[in-house]
Amino acid sequence: MASGIKDKVAILGMGCSKFGERWDAGAPALMREAFDEALADAAIEREAIEAAWFGCCFDAVNVGNSAIPASTALRLDGIPVSRVENMCATGTEALRSAAYAVASGAVDIALAIGAEKLKDTGYGGLPQPYKGTFNDMWLPVNSAPAGFAQLASGYRARHGIARDELKRAIAHVSWKSHQNGVLSPKAHLRKAVSMETILEAPMIADPLGLYDCCGVSDGAACAIVTTPEIARSLGKTELVTIKAIQLSISSGVESTMSEWDGSHVPNTRRAVRRAYAEAGIEKPRDELDLIEVHDCFSITELVTMEDLFLSEEGQAVRDVLDGFYDREGPGVPCQVDGGLKCFGHPIGASGLRMAYEIYTQLLGRAGERQLDSPSIGLTHNLGGVPFQGIAAISILGLK
Amino acid sequence: MTSDFGIVAFGAYVPRLRIDRAIIADAHGWMAPALKAAARGSRAFRSWDEDAVTMAVEAARDCLRVTGRESAESLYLASTSLPYADLQNGAIVAEALRISPAIRAIDLAGSQRAGTSALLQAFRGGEAALVVASDAPTARPASARELGYGAGAAAFAFGRGELVARLLGCASRTVAFVDHFRSAGEKFDYFWEERWIRDEGYLKLVPGAIAAALADAGLEAADISCMVMPSLVRGASVAVARKAGLKAALASELDDGCGYAGAAHAPLMLANALAQAAPGDRLLVIGFGQGVDALILEVGTAGLQEGQRGVAGALADGLATDSYLRMLSFYDGIELEWGMRAERSSKTALSEQNRSSGQTAGFVAGACGACGTVQFPRLEYCVNPQCLASADRFTEVPLADAPARLLTHTADWLSYHPAPPLHVGFVQFDNGARLLMEVVDVGPEGVEIGTPLRMVYRIKERDRPRGYNRYFWKSTPIAAQGRSDG
Repeated sequence: MASGIKDKVAILGMGCSKFGERWDAGAPALMREAFDEALADAAIEREAIEAAWFGCCFDAVNVGNSAIPASTALRLDGIPVSRVENMCATGTEALRSAAYAVASGAVDIALAIGAEKLKDTGYGGLPQPYKGTFNDMWLPVNSAPAGFAQLASGYRARHGIARDELKRAIAHVSWKSHQNGVLSPKAHLRKAVSMETILEAPMIADPLGLYDCCGVSDGAACAIVTTPEIARSLGKTELVTIKAIQLSISSGVESTMSEWDGSHVPNTRRAVRRAYAEAGIEKPRDELDLIEVHDCFSITELVTMEDLFLSEEGQAVRDVLDGFYDREGPGVPCQVDGGLKCFGHPIGASGLRMAYEIYTQLLGRAGERQLDSPSIGLTHNLGGVPFQGIAAISILGLK
Repeated sequence: MTSDFGIVAFGAYVPRLRIDRAIIADAHGWMAPALKAAARGSRAFRSWDEDAVTMAVEAARDCLRVTGRESAESLYLASTSLPYADLQNGAIVAEALRISPAIRAIDLAGSQRAGTSALLQAFRGGEAALVVASDAPTARPASARELGYGAGAAAFAFGRGELVARLLGCASRTVAFVDHFRSAGEKFDYFWEERWIRDEGYLKLVPGAIAAALADAGLEAADISCMVMPSLVRGASVAVARKAGLKAALASELDDGCGYAGAAHAPLMLANALAQAAPGDRLLVIGFGQGVDALILEVGTAGLQEGQRGVAGALADGLATDSYLRMLSFYDGIELEWGMRAERSSKTALSEQNRSSGQTAGFVAGACGACGTVQFPRLEYCVNPQCLASADRFTEVPLADAPARLLTHTADWLSYHPAPPLHVGFVQFDNGARLLMEVVDVGPEGVEIGTPLRMVYRIKERDRPRGYNRYFWKSTPIAAQGRSDG
């Protein structure tokens, strides 16, 4: 196996816009917020950036396709800029591309920026992605919550869990994130929500109610990466390095063959196994200090706890209800910034927003929500749907 | 001389959705209180994703369980509500049924008599044929027709051998008698007074045609055991039988659970009567519309076989609904606010449709020639990670009649769907194939993981700006069958 990129790439600076219903800001303005913060953090001039990757998902309601919207917004003149898109894993894809460019020695300093302007659609929820002319012929036109809600039926069938018990566990997932979001100034939703409100909310896709679904927001986040040596030469003393970035994408096995039982996301398991190996993590439940996972829907976060090998199979309900993933809990704090639940999910930005929180926590800059000296954290994105997924994992740590 | 040619099999379909006529009458009570008097029993109505084409496919599938797909040389599709004016509707039906393209398909339309004319054509043609009559007439809200109309389809396979029925004699009359009409492009019929239609239409035209058909068959009125005649106008069949001197029983008009199904109604009534008749019975079948078709049939020894539903099975497989507005919206009788999500383009790439029709039209999976994995869709390589063989050696595995169960499920209230919630889930076939599918006609009891499913041919998406329906297969719970038996 290849040696991987562990500790070959350091984060020089990061930025994150305020997430929310940004009626005041288009995608270029959101990008600028994140980019200005990252440049200041990195303490470099924009001319030092040698290549950039721009992640955004919905070109139709956003900025249009290609990387030109990013290169013009940020005035990146003449350098290579590429647009990447891999559904909800888009942000992490941008980071992965920039990190690989630095690790390969192709460039010294690279930029990854993700942005999504979702609130120019005129309605709530995500736009319906185009699935191609052939899939149009046969694939049902269902929403994102409908794709993920089916995990609940599969999980219940596999583990023999009563509907009410699972509903309570996923409600706790959302309750916990709302508690955390209160402490997160850049989050979209910053209100605590009671369990009763969550449990009694209108149904979106059975059994997911309104509060089982993440918000829909505008936002941007970015990272400037370089080698640890260059970072030190630029005066950085405390370094956050990339320990692993892995991606796993479905070949159609789950949705076409008869083995998968609908209870978990095989791609997350495959991506994280490789990421733990790349980062040298053997006991994630003991070793990880915090995680930011893809809680597009509460059920996704719950099964992800097993897919990341943090909870034993069938035990995520118990761990969640025991508060293992709560901020003040005994275990691994999850979504300490409020997660997608409170930040919303501007697709292209989310993966980088998660990395921003890990980075901020590792450097002890998280203010009110700062955890007690964490040294390693994990982000998880899940694009597509559980049965045809794109799982992206990154692990960041102090060097 | 007794002919050995005739109907060798038949099948039927009535949409699962039913509504009590009292619910419709109640909705109009403020302006048409008189409707209440006629509001007895329930009627069938088509779901938003059903039309004359999909119902024809379902009736034909019921029929083809007996004869198979290879025998027919011609296909007659009769209806007054065909979705396309210029695009042979029968060709869509034939493709969905996976009938050999060597078949000659003909659409018959434009008259309530289209169904009986198609039957007559097949009887007189003397070659193996499939006749399908399918109709879902729509009526203006608060009209008597809205209560009386229904929907359904009946299919008849013609050939030689053990017969369901043979033709003993027939007669036709063509008269431009305008009892009602619907101009091309109009939604609703325009009707003249019912009593006039009965007296000057049915009673003046039908008895003469009956007499001619009896003469053609060499029979007397007393030889007829059952008259199969739909009455678009209440009481018309009783009056005609009396005037024609018939002592025959009158076949059920399928008023409860179905309702008048346009050009398909006489064929539907015939399918019902054939299931109840005894060998040797003589049935008089009447089609009325700008004249008359009168057919005298002798019932043979072949009947419904195991696995066929027939009219009785279809009627028993009803799903009671309680919202008049839902029925209205299904045929665009009311314009609801569906939100911006409904603005999504549903344009079909016709070139893609043509390329993939081998898989999608007849719902045909592939079995890998190397490892045997059954898979839908068929892409370029086998999906099995241990195999990955080229698809060049795949063999075809039809899924439309393959046993399947529900693996995962949700009810989606967010997506735009004309019949919310959108029930969707993974369907696991016993043969190993699996795909995400819509689940339709779900009752109030919902569906569970493991629910047995059968496949139905439906409109997948309606492209309203262009007026094009994209058809595909959906799943529906088997368990609802016979639910209303008790």
